[in-house]
Amino acid sequence: MLMFILRRLIQTIPVVIGVTFVVFFIMQLVPGDPAVLLAGEGASKETVNAIREQLGLNRPLMVQYFDYLLNVFQGDFGSSLKNSQPVLDEIMVRLPITMELAFFSILITIVLGMAAGIISAIKPYSLTDTSVMLVALLGISLPSFWFGLMMMYFFSVKLQILPVAGWDSILHVILPALTLGAGGAAIVARMTRSSMLEVIRQDYIRTARAKGLREHVIIYKHALRNALIPVITVVGLQFGALLGGTVLVESIFAINGLGRMIVDAIRMRDLPVVQGGVLAASLIFVIVNLFVDVFYRFFNKRIELN
Amino acid sequence: MSEKNSPILEVKGLKTHFFTKHGVSKAVDGIDFTLRKGETLGIVGESGCGKSMTSLSILRLIPSPPGKIAGGQVLYKGKDLVTLSEDEMRKIRGNEISMIFQEPMTSLNPVIPVGEQIAEALRLHQGMRKKEAWIKAVEMLRLVGIPSPEKRAKQEPFQLSGGMRQRVMIAMALACTPEVLIADEPTTALDVTIQAQILELIKDLQKKIGMGVIMITHDLGVVSETCDKVAVMYAGNIIEHAPTEKIFTNPKHPYTQGLLNSLPKIHEDQEELQTIEGSVPSPYNLPAGCRFASRCPHQKPLCHLQKPDLIEQNDGVKVRCWMYTDEWTKHTEKEGAVK
Repeated sequence: MLMFILRRLIQTIPVVIGVTFVVFFIMQLVPGDPAVLLAGEGASKETVNAIREQLGLNRPLMVQYFDYLLNVFQGDFGSSLKNSQPVLDEIMVRLPITMELAFFSILITIVLGMAAGIISAIKPYSLTDTSVMLVALLGISLPSFWFGLMMMYFFSVKLQILPVAGWDSILHVILPALTLGAGGAAIVARMTRSSMLEVIRQDYIRTARAKGLREHVIIYKHALRNALIPVITVVGLQFGALLGGTVLVESIFAINGLGRMIVDAIRMRDLPVVQGGVLAASLIFVIVNLFVDVFYRFFNKRIELN
Repeated sequence: MSEKNSPILEVKGLKTHFFTKHGVSKAVDGIDFTLRKGETLGIVGESGCGKSMTSLSILRLIPSPPGKIAGGQVLYKGKDLVTLSEDEMRKIRGNEISMIFQEPMTSLNPVIPVGEQIAEALRLHQGMRKKEAWIKAVEMLRLVGIPSPEKRAKQEPFQLSGGMRQRVMIAMALACTPEVLIADEPTTALDVTIQAQILELIKDLQKKIGMGVIMITHDLGVVSETCDKVAVMYAGNIIEHAPTEKIFTNPKHPYTQGLLNSLPKIHEDQEELQTIEGSVPSPYNLPAGCRFASRCPHQKPLCHLQKPDLIEQNDGVKVRCWMYTDEWTKHTEKEGAVK
């Protein structure tokens, strides 16, 4: 198991380098020149050129990239073009907020999704099943910005039981986390259901019945562990989607997290901040995938890493 | 009646039907047999004749819906299993009546160590503690001839070969020393050499425990080696029921004769194997008369009109065929007169 984790860790290195490459060059493709933007409207060509020179933006792209890569590995994500603050400092402030939001969202995704999926699968095609799956379908279909606003309207404005926006107490977490986690929960619910129904038909479930085991032992011990294998993959993928979702949700609920930082930086063409933010988010995704693989292996020892 | 000869399982008029949107499939359509202590009953027949559904019906493991036991009784030590509550039935499954399934590759849970899969039944039925059950599970693995059972018990099914998995299945089925073992094609998925070992093993353990065995198979070789008596099934019915040696030396029903004729013979020079022409009638649409009539070389109009009963002959063999009835002789005489 330890060897597995170690080997899997080594495999992430090329992925991380690939991520830096993509992050760097995609930003080059974005229209708009940061030098022009920084110089302000009506600035002379000389001023713009001077800024370009100063920031090293006039060097060949590959040189800029390797320079960037070297700095990143030394923990230097560059400085904001806007306020010259180190990007890493900004990330360290924003990241914990986003991680907290992501943690509670994925918790909702997993707990709510799996519970709903199991309830549905135990009595397939029953009224409970149909209702749960209908709600799940809604959960997948509703766009999170609309769902977030509706929840805000209902719980914060009408009922006034939860805060509208901000990030001060655990109460502030509920609505954003629900908004962010709902779509994933719906997908996980449908996945858990179909996976459970698939597993319940297997020969080894019949064997378990022939042994005289109780129904709940059959469901939770014999079926669920097998059914969860594909669900874990979906949860891992959902985490990626969820990180993307933080951009929207943080904007709706005025949370100063990583997502909002990236959006603001994009607006400002603040390249180093965007790069740093996207890189941080990508790294988290890579780490989560690592965890998913380890879990996967734990649940299913047949998986060997070649 | 001595202890050895007392019937332990009596199946009377058992009917298992499947209610689907295509109609009612009569997979098992009124079968009777008796299993005595220490005895091995073979149930043979081709795929789809209802032999597996019979075994699943005894343990009430028919997928329901769409399947349902539509009639009859399964008397185990005088208790009718068909009417037991689900809780009472659970206490019998894996404890007093156990089952070995056809597919050792898929019948074990892929993510649970095999030792635990045996031990959980022991904890449940025998009230053993965790450690005690584990020790017994390892002992069972040793009993079925798995080398280094302490190590194997901790492994998951994918680490075991097909033959070993079937041994694990047997160990699991026998862990609680059941009174009845139902073996549903226990050797079909295995190599020939392993087949012999597994059959030997079941016979050995049967002697030790003294259980009754129902051996479900389509392999007449398995029957001749293991069974005391045989029920031949065709399209949901038993068509012949006889002691094993009588089935092989003097098969009565034309279907049984056809089955035996289709076996390759060592001492004869055969170019081609014999087959039985035609195919099994659909369980959704069974003929009114004898179900084998359309394939039977001896068929007469009578066969298509009315279904024959399973009638016991003078030598104790039961057969469901008009040829062994008075009606048949009358019918033949009449035909002769017309000619």
